[in-house]
Amino acid sequence: MTATVWAAIGQFGILLVLLAAVHLPLGAYMARVYSSPHHTRVERAWYRTLRVDPDAEQRWSTYLLSLLGFSLASVLLLYALGRLQAHLPWNLGFSGLDPATAWNTAVSFTTNTNWQSYSGEAAAGHLLQMAGLTVQNFVSAAVGMAVAIALVRGLARSGTDARIGNFWSDLTRGALRILLPIAVVGALVLAANGVIQSLDPHTAITTITGETQQALGGPVASQEVIKVLGTNGGGFFNANSAHPFENPNALTNLVEIFLILLIPSALPRTFGLMVGDRRQGWAILGVMTGLWTVATGLLTWAELAGPGLAPSLAGAAMEGKEARFGLAGTALFGAATTGTSTGAVDSMHDSLTAPGGGVAMFTMMLGEVAPGGVGSGLYGMLVLAVLTVFIAGLMVGRTPEYAGKKIGRGEITLVALYVLTVPAAVLLGSAISVVTGPGLAGIQEAGPHGLSEVLYAFTSASNNNGSAFAGLAAGTPYFNTMTGLAMLVGRFVPIALVLALAGRLASQNTVPASAGTLPTHRPLFVGLVGAVTLVVVGLTFIPVLSLGPVVESLS
Amino acid sequence: MTTAPTPTVVSGLAGLWRHSLAGLRVLLAFTVVLGLAYPLAMTGVIQVVFPWQANGSLLDAAGEHTTSRTDAVGSTLIGQDFTGPQWFHGRPSVAGDGYDTLASGGSNLGPNNADLAATIAERQAAVAAENSVAPEEVPADAVTASASGLDPHISPAYARLQVARVAAARHLDPAAVSRVVAEHTQGRPLGALGDPVVDVLAVNLALAGLE
Repeated sequence: MTATVWAAIGQFGILLVLLAAVHLPLGAYMARVYSSPHHTRVERAWYRTLRVDPDAEQRWSTYLLSLLGFSLASVLLLYALGRLQAHLPWNLGFSGLDPATAWNTAVSFTTNTNWQSYSGEAAAGHLLQMAGLTVQNFVSAAVGMAVAIALVRGLARSGTDARIGNFWSDLTRGALRILLPIAVVGALVLAANGVIQSLDPHTAITTITGETQQALGGPVASQEVIKVLGTNGGGFFNANSAHPFENPNALTNLVEIFLILLIPSALPRTFGLMVGDRRQGWAILGVMTGLWTVATGLLTWAELAGPGLAPSLAGAAMEGKEARFGLAGTALFGAATTGTSTGAVDSMHDSLTAPGGGVAMFTMMLGEVAPGGVGSGLYGMLVLAVLTVFIAGLMVGRTPEYAGKKIGRGEITLVALYVLTVPAAVLLGSAISVVTGPGLAGIQEAGPHGLSEVLYAFTSASNNNGSAFAGLAAGTPYFNTMTGLAMLVGRFVPIALVLALAGRLASQNTVPASAGTLPTHRPLFVGLVGAVTLVVVGLTFIPVLSLGPVVESLS
Repeated sequence: MTTAPTPTVVSGLAGLWRHSLAGLRVLLAFTVVLGLAYPLAMTGVIQVVFPWQANGSLLDAAGEHTTSRTDAVGSTLIGQDFTGPQWFHGRPSVAGDGYDTLASGGSNLGPNNADLAATIAERQAAVAAENSVAPEEVPADAVTASASGLDPHISPAYARLQVARVAAARHLDPAAVSRVVAEHTQGRPLGALGDPVVDVLAVNLALAGLE
């Protein structure tokens, strides 16, 4: 046991060293990508052919309209690819997805959720995986980064009449200059370790005992890497990152965790550089790291201790876990995937211990800001920072200001709506599901764990995470429709509010800090943001958490 | 805006339509670059650089690497349903009827599920009887279903438990069997990652080769 604990601490240390090593260069590179006025030659040809203007400075409303237009096209194309699969090449003989599944999948991948109500190896052919799902893995991540950068520009700019950048330029640069190069390197690393990459169908081989087993094919490495790098989480196979062809050994497990945290943890540096005050970036990173470290510690402790009927009987909480990752490697992955908006799983979260599952759920309920999804983590945390200066201002009578921008009534209204949107979707969706027939019909477990299954589903969908307590029969038309709606609300309403906030902030003139300004780079402020995050989430979710994981842990 | 709301809405919808068309053009371009060129180029490169891994880390009957599905008897990364005393057994699997690669997944049963507890107790009794040990000596991975249902590994403890039975069934010296297990035991990468594991297929192929 002691060796296991030391190994757990060791792997956490290795991860932190790796992330720290790339923090400064990647943060600076992303700041340059989004700030440079120059397009590459390829990009100029790209914009000319596609007839979009990459240089027009868009007001926030136009930026939002471009984003919504692009996302609408994404949902429709992905829906069509799913429905028409039977008539497309490389379909491996699979028929088209039924309407409810196709709708759920289209929304799920466009919103960066990647909730999966289908089983990859039994329903999705290679073309749907590549041209449909891999593409959305890239661009939905690039959309999230674009929104975060737009908000950073709102804070950095002064008196620009709500102009916050150009969506087409931000989207293209994020996908082609940041995600694609890292994906190419990452895919090679994964493939070297055993992640498959072929276009072969699944065919039978004869084993040494005379049985047959289906040998699998597919362009997995190229999709696996962007699944984690873009904090998407939609697996090529049903078992996701627990599948040996997606995650062959403990080393790739760490590589995937590293890729999940890579961009979310580097974006605060980008933020610091773009607002011209690196200390602001450190403060945001400090809050993220503090919250995530606590969550990781608790989840690791819960899984190593293994409370509960089945784990105590078996001797360890190994149900739904892979031997090669061990308890600690599984817990680290679980904390990374729920602390971001990833939702990839290397274990079955429904079989986590009661406190472990509760921590995973609570980490998502924080709004996935520790460190959060690509882009969505940074903009979520900046919204919480704005809320904190407002609350602190009320307490001590100082003028609320953040990064030189006054936080007035308009700004705080948008922030309040942002903070309320996702919890409303979670609680309403869960409440409806536990009082209606089709909702109740999907629940597998009796008692508090059954409530946890539903609560986890709507927490995951609304926060665009995508992981599941998969005992819930979520593939029904009812859950496909409801979680689809939750994903849409949880993605685009917050984005619209963030862009509106960015527009208002960009219109303001930056005011110099005065004696009455609350410094937002000191440890005091870091602690305050962390506390505000916990209090807001706690007040919203403690009642329902008490009825689910808390009761289960105590029983 | 408050005096003439209707035109705003109309221009909003017209705007969304225009932006959706632009969005569709950009999306189609991304589909060509990221959905076709990128995965196909990666397939080409990886098939040349890592052909064995790219095609599923297959082993032939002699335990050698192969990329041919005709010669292959399994993948070093995918578990198989070994039964019978002469084989090392893998973990319980709930993928289909057991190790069905077209139905990967776990039980998803919660930690306090009574059925799961009963199943674990049954498995404990069965493994204990099979290997002539006490039920409390059976390690956790031997009685719990993996997440993928395709877990190719077992813990060194579960392998040790099976050495005597396999050696007896194959009329081999238990020390020789232990040596084979040790050869196919992988430690923690970088000294800290994951848990030590034994590759079940590799051990079974090596044992079949000893005879």
